Amino acid sequence: MNRSLRPLVATALIFAIAYALAVMQFPSMFSTRVLGNFLTDNAFLGIAAVGMTFVILSGGIDLSVGAVIGFTGVLVAVLISWAGIHPLLAFAIALIVAGAFGGIMGLAIHFLQVPAFIVTLAGMFLARGGASVITRDSVPINHEFYSWISDLTIRLPGGGRLSVIGLTMVAIFIIGALVAHRTKFGSYVYALGGNPVSASLMGVPVARTTVAIYALSSVLAALSGIVFSLYTSAGYPLAAVGVELDAISAVVIGGTLLTGGYGFVLGTFIGVMLLGLVQTYIIFDGTLSSWWTKIVIGILLFLFIVLQRLIFVASAPGEKTSKA
Amino acid sequence: MIRRSLLKLANPQLLALIGVLLINWLLFPNFFRVTWQDGRFFGSLIDVLNRGAPVAILAVGMVGVIATKGVDLSVGAVMAVAGAVAATMVVAGYPAPIAVVAALVVGLLCGLWNGILVAILDIQPIIATLVLMVAGRGIAQLITEGFIVTFTDPVLIYIGTGSFLGFPMAAVIALVLMIVVTLVVRRTAIGLFIEAVGVNRAAASLAGIRSRMLLLLVYSLSGLCAAIAGIIVAGDIRGADANNAGLWLELDAILAVVIGGTSLLGGRFSVPLAVVGALIIQAMNTGILVSGFPPEFNLIVKAGLIFIVLVIQSPLASRLAPPRFKPVAKAAAK
Repeated sequence: MNRSLRPLVATALIFAIAYALAVMQFPSMFSTRVLGNFLTDNAFLGIAAVGMTFVILSGGIDLSVGAVIGFTGVLVAVLISWAGIHPLLAFAIALIVAGAFGGIMGLAIHFLQVPAFIVTLAGMFLARGGASVITRDSVPINHEFYSWISDLTIRLPGGGRLSVIGLTMVAIFIIGALVAHRTKFGSYVYALGGNPVSASLMGVPVARTTVAIYALSSVLAALSGIVFSLYTSAGYPLAAVGVELDAISAVVIGGTLLTGGYGFVLGTFIGVMLLGLVQTYIIFDGTLSSWWTKIVIGILLFLFIVLQRLIFVASAPGEKTSKA
Repeated sequence: MIRRSLLKLANPQLLALIGVLLINWLLFPNFFRVTWQDGRFFGSLIDVLNRGAPVAILAVGMVGVIATKGVDLSVGAVMAVAGAVAATMVVAGYPAPIAVVAALVVGLLCGLWNGILVAILDIQPIIATLVLMVAGRGIAQLITEGFIVTFTDPVLIYIGTGSFLGFPMAAVIALVLMIVVTLVVRRTAIGLFIEAVGVNRAAASLAGIRSRMLLLLVYSLSGLCAAIAGIIVAGDIRGADANNAGLWLELDAILAVVIGGTSLLGGRFSVPLAVVGALIIQAMNTGILVSGFPPEFNLIVKAGLIFIVLVIQSPLASRLAPPRFKPVAKAAAK
């Protein structure tokens, strides 16, 4: 089997086993209602995680995702509720602002030659601070467009329903997978993550690709912020604190190698679902406190990092993969 | 000799600190007024020292990690764990010194865990420490069983809020720690070894440096420093808050180290300047608070600050800079 497929298979197996165990304990977890809510509740995380997958595939990291989600929520809420702009126009403005924001971060990473984490850390401060300067309170959104979207669901047999935001996430994952595996841009991203020096020698436009990757990540984070505002019908500057960590965890658990160059967008989908399963299980159980979520995610993260390490060492004898 | 050490003092970080303090003074004329009351100093300047101490302590530990080309994202969560251990133990009836030692040991073990992941399993530092950053707060909440554990133990409270010779205890601890760590790394060859590992780990190992041991050491030190900061913060609020203790302080600590001129690409570091960096951050915090801006405004100022430091450190700047500065800037580019 292709060695880069192994982490993906491992994730899928763990998800299947975990879900089977959960269903054995709580048979009601196997229903379209729970599955539909899986998609809806994790939609914003999933969309942000697609962007994060591209960033990590290229060997980088984006810590500004959570802050961009919060900023977009506030921007959209303020544009709709205070300025009276139509939601669709507000969405377009938010996506453009986020694209420019991510592009600037990409420019800084490429031309200043500094680690991505510190540039996106500055971006995180800027977006969080910007959101708090616009407003420090939660801004409710009362627009008929919002209630129309939330009423728009596909009913499934068994009482479940597929919401627009859940379907948006699925669509983004499919588009993301096509872009990663079937376009020139996708192969540039993999090449950059494999080895930036040889990528540039092979003629990959490194500057353009870096800017595009971070712009894409911010645009998807903004889309995630829009979805989050549809989910909560409000914009709050401190919303989605720490989502970047969940997104990174989902990507890693989904089998993408942190050193860049190997991974699958659809693996991230399983990663997001696995995180969702942990949360749903803890809610179903009722006696476990919510902080167990964090510990379980930490343990999963650790297991997958070690697994990746072992696979790499086992499959590449003699090859030093350390980046030292 | 004296002239040389005076010149050394006039570095950009200290000038920046003086600049920030002067701006604070312009915004708030009483800024430099320090009074003596109840056997201790009072004033905004003392407040900067006191409030800046936890980040300064974290920065002392973080310097070593960043100098080896790593980063420790878990320090905020380790603070919460250490605070939770200390608070839970004194509430359970253990004497304070034992609780403090236990918290320090737990911090050290957390650091050692990170060190093992980085040095022995060869995992990227940012991801290795992410594990504890995510799980740490959960562990802290497990220890406190989800409550904010409050205590009345005089020793722990003294560590957080007491004073020594009129100065805040937290600031005194930070100062002592800074001096001890500086002496250890600069009066022995350890500092040089750390820089060697930061520049090129493989080459350093070939040259006979036990780089694994060294990495374990710097991550353990970072965990220990985080535990000290965690005990101080717990003593300050007389309780352990697993959710909020040390929240986002890892980012402030990294920022302090970067402002202090330590290169993120490894190989060049300064412990005292990282502490100065922490004081600059705190002076800005205090300045923004006393001048009536919303505290969130601070985030934007910090983002601007990171950007300026990055531009100064970047290879782009070294090409534009006059030749006199070139060797320094080039070292940063490596």
